[in-house]
Amino acid sequence: MGNVLTIILQRLALGALTLLIVSIVIFVAVNLLPGDFAQNILGQGATPEAVDSIRRDLGLDQPPVTRYFDWLGGVLQGDLGTSFAQANFASFTGTDSGATTVAAQIAPRFANTMFLAMVTAIIAVPLSITLGVLAALYRNSVFDRAANITTLSSISSPEFFLAYILILFLAVLNPILPSLSNIYEGMAFSERLQKSLLPALTLTLVVTAHMMRMTRAAIINLLASPYIEMARLKGLSPMRVIVKHALPNALAPIINVIALNLAYLITGVVVVEVVFVYPGIGQLFVDSVKIRDIPVVQACCLIFATAYILLNLTADIMSILSNPRLRHPK
Amino acid sequence: MTDEPPLVKIRGIKLEGRSDETWNPIINGVDLTLARGEVLGLIGESGAGKSTLGLAAMGYTRDGVRISDGTVEFDGIDLLTASAAIKRDLLGKRIAYVAQSAAASFNPAHKLMEQHVEGPVQHGVNDRGSSEEDGIELYRKLRLPNPDEIGFRYPHQVSGGQLQRAMTAMAMSCRPDLIIFDEPTTALDVTTQIEVLASIRDIVEQYNTAAIYITHDLAVVAQMADRIKVLLKGDEVETADTRTMLSAPTQEYTKSLWAVRSFERPKKPAVSTGAVPVISVQNVDAAYGKVPVLYDVSFDMHSGRTVAVVGESGSGKSTTARCITGLLPPTAGQIMLDGEVLPADYRKRSKDQLRQVQMIYQMADTALNPRMSIGQIIARPVQFYLGLTGAEKRKRVDALLEEIELEPTEYYNRLPSELSGGQKQRIGIARALAAEPKFIICDEVTSALDQLVAEGILRLLARLQDQLSLSYMFITHDLATVRAIADEVVVMKDGRVIEQGDKDEMFRPPHHAYTDLLLSSVPEMDPDWLSNLLAERGVDNIGDAAVDKM
Repeated sequence: MGNVLTIILQRLALGALTLLIVSIVIFVAVNLLPGDFAQNILGQGATPEAVDSIRRDLGLDQPPVTRYFDWLGGVLQGDLGTSFAQANFASFTGTDSGATTVAAQIAPRFANTMFLAMVTAIIAVPLSITLGVLAALYRNSVFDRAANITTLSSISSPEFFLAYILILFLAVLNPILPSLSNIYEGMAFSERLQKSLLPALTLTLVVTAHMMRMTRAAIINLLASPYIEMARLKGLSPMRVIVKHALPNALAPIINVIALNLAYLITGVVVVEVVFVYPGIGQLFVDSVKIRDIPVVQACCLIFATAYILLNLTADIMSILSNPRLRHPK
Repeated sequence: MTDEPPLVKIRGIKLEGRSDETWNPIINGVDLTLARGEVLGLIGESGAGKSTLGLAAMGYTRDGVRISDGTVEFDGIDLLTASAAIKRDLLGKRIAYVAQSAAASFNPAHKLMEQHVEGPVQHGVNDRGSSEEDGIELYRKLRLPNPDEIGFRYPHQVSGGQLQRAMTAMAMSCRPDLIIFDEPTTALDVTTQIEVLASIRDIVEQYNTAAIYITHDLAVVAQMADRIKVLLKGDEVETADTRTMLSAPTQEYTKSLWAVRSFERPKKPAVSTGAVPVISVQNVDAAYGKVPVLYDVSFDMHSGRTVAVVGESGSGKSTTARCITGLLPPTAGQIMLDGEVLPADYRKRSKDQLRQVQMIYQMADTALNPRMSIGQIIARPVQFYLGLTGAEKRKRVDALLEEIELEPTEYYNRLPSELSGGQKQRIGIARALAAEPKFIICDEVTSALDQLVAEGILRLLARLQDQLSLSYMFITHDLATVRAIADEVVVMKDGRVIEQGDKDEMFRPPHHAYTDLLLSSVPEMDPDWLSNLLAERGVDNIGDAAVDKM
C-alpha cells in the first residue's frame, strides 16, 4: 500500500506543478487580449487622462511580472481579487460599498454548474456503462447497432440543436418539464432538480456516446483473453463472464474517459447554459471576456484548469486502485 | 466395462479456421474414443490441431473456428446439437479445462479461491463455504505450499508452477468426469514441471477422472497417458497403447519424432592452453535498477566452439547476454573481446567491436520488422557494417540467403509474415551472419520451434560454425539441445554460475547437486521414469521443493 501512496503523492505534486504552469499561460493569454477594461468601459470618446486614471486605480499600469505575482500571491491566500466591473462603479460613484470580490461573484455560479454537472453525471455514467456492457454482450446485434447509431448521432449534433429538440418534445408538445432553467438561491431542491433536468438530459446526450463506446471497446478488447475463455469453459453465463470477469479488468480506460467527460461538463457547457438561461459559470465567463473583466476571466480559467487536473488525477488514482498488482504487491 | 458406452465419442470431426475470408481445414475427420477414467495423450507439432480437437471434445470452438462435419458425444449427449444452456451446465461441472498458461488464464482481478468456488456455486453443486473447504483440501492434495492461505492471494502473487496446480484444483472443484489438459506444463521449468506432472497424475487417478492430455512433448505424455494419439496437420497418424507406441511405432512420422533426439555433434579437440578466448566474461555483477541480478559471473568462450548456458527462468542467462552486448552495462567486472576490454556501454563501442558480437533471438516473429522485406532486413547490416551498396550488396545478401538454404530469387522480396517459423529463424541467423561476426549469442533460438524444425536450425548452426569458426553462446533451458550441440556447459542459478566445464564431464556424475536435479528432471521416454524418479527422490523432495532446499 505504501507503494500506491507514493504514486499518489507524486501525482499530486505533478498536478500542483501543472497548475502553476497553467496559471502563467492563463495570465499571458488573458493579457494578450486586445483592448483593456478602461478603454472598454469609457468608450471611444474617453480622454487619455480618464483612461490612465482608471488603469492606475486597477493596477493595470504595473509591469506584467509584478501583476502576475500580485495575482498569484492573492490566489495562494484564497483571494481571487476584485472584479473590475464592480470595483469600477464603486470608485466612480465614490460610494465604494458595492465592491464585490471575484470569489463572491463566482461562488454561486460555480455551485450551479457543479449541481448541473452532478445531475448529468448521475444520469449519464450509469447509463453509459450499462449500455456499453449490453452492447458488448450483444455485440453486432440490432441492439448494439441501435445504441451506437443513437449515441453517435447525438454526439454529432450541435448542442443547441439537441437542446431545442428536447424543448420541443418535452416542454412544448408535451409540457412535462420547464424549458427555462432560471434557478436562484434558496430554491427548494426538488424544484431546482426539475428545472435542471432538461439541460442535464441535453448534456447526457452529448457525453454518453464517448463513455459507452469506450466501455464497449474496452470489454470487447478483453474477450480474447485466456481468462475469459476460461470463464466461458467453466460454464458461466455470458452476462456473468462480462460483468464479473471482463469489466473489472476494463476499468482503467473507462475511468479515464469518464473523467474527461466530467471535466467537459464543468468547463464546456456555455451553449447549453445560454439556451436554457441557466446561471452557470460558463455564461459568467463569456460575459467577463466581453468586457475585459480580467480578474474574473483569470479566476474562471484557473477553476477550469483545476477541475481538469483534479478529475484526471482522480481518474489516475482510481485506475491504479483498480489494478490488484499495485494494490497487493507481492 | 465393455458394455458401458464411452465417455467421449467423436466421429469424423472436421474443423475449419477462417483466415483471409476463406475457411481452411484444421482437422480433417478424426475419430476419438475415451473410456471413463482413461487418460488419452494427444501429441503433434504446432499446427497439428491438438488444442482445437481438445476444445471440440468440450463442444467449444474459439472465435474464427467452426465444426463443419462429424459428431461429438459426451456421455450420450450430442454436444453439437445441444442448446447453449445444456452445454453451459456441462462445462465446468462435468467437463473441465486446464489451460497452457495458468498465469494468463486466471483472472488478475480476483483471488484464486474466488475463482475456485465460482464453478461449484454457479452450477449449484456446492455452497460457498463447503466449496472453500474443499478447495483447501484439493490444494493440500496437490501439495501446494500453505494450502490454507494460498487461495486468498491474487494470481500475480503466486508462482507459475503453483498457479498451474491451483488451476488443476479449480478444474477438479466440481469433480468432473473429464478434464482437458492443454499443454499444462509447457511454460514451466523442468524442475517445476515434475511437481505439476506428479500432482496431476495423482489427482486424476484418485478421483478416476478421464483426461485428454495435449502436449508436444513425447517424454511428458509417456508419463501421463494410458493411450497416445499422434496428429499431423489435422490427420490422425496412429493411436496405440502408450508402451506399444513408444517401443514399436508403426508410422514413419512417429518414428521421425522419436528420432529427433538422436542428433549429436562429434566431440571437438580441447582448447589449447594459452589460447585467447573470443569473449571472456570476467567477474560480472549486474543489476536492474537497484535489484542485483548477477553475481560474479565468469566464463570464457573460444573460437569455433559452443558454450551452452543453462538454467531456469530468472537464473540470469539472458541478463548475462545483455551485459556482453553492452545493452546492460555491468555494475562490476568486465567483458573482453580477443583479449581487449570492451566498453561496458554499447554506445561507447566502435563499429568494429559492435560487428563482432551479434545476436539471434528466441521469437523470430517479433525480432523481424514486419514491414521490411527479407532482402531489406539482411541488407541493413551488410550496408551498415561492411559499407556495401548497389549490386555488391545484393550479391552479398543472395549469398547469405543461399547460406541459410533459402532460394534468393524466391525469398528476397517476401515479407516476414509470408514465412514459416523455422524460415523466420533462418532469416534471424542470416541477419547475424551479415555482420561477419566472430561471436553470436543464440538466445533460446529453438524453444519456440517444433522438434523437427528445431533440429534443422541446430544442424545449420553447426555447419556454419565449422565453416566460419564462429563462436556461439547458446542460451537454453532444454538439456536435449545442450547435448546436441554444446562443447562446454555453464550452469546458472539465481544469478550465479553454479558449475561449468566440458559437456561430457557435465553429463557424467558426480554433479553439483543442482545440476543433478536439473538433469534428472528432464523427462525421459521411459513410461516408468516419473514413478521411478518420485520413488527415488521421495514425495517431499521433488521439483520446487528440492530447489528451495538448496
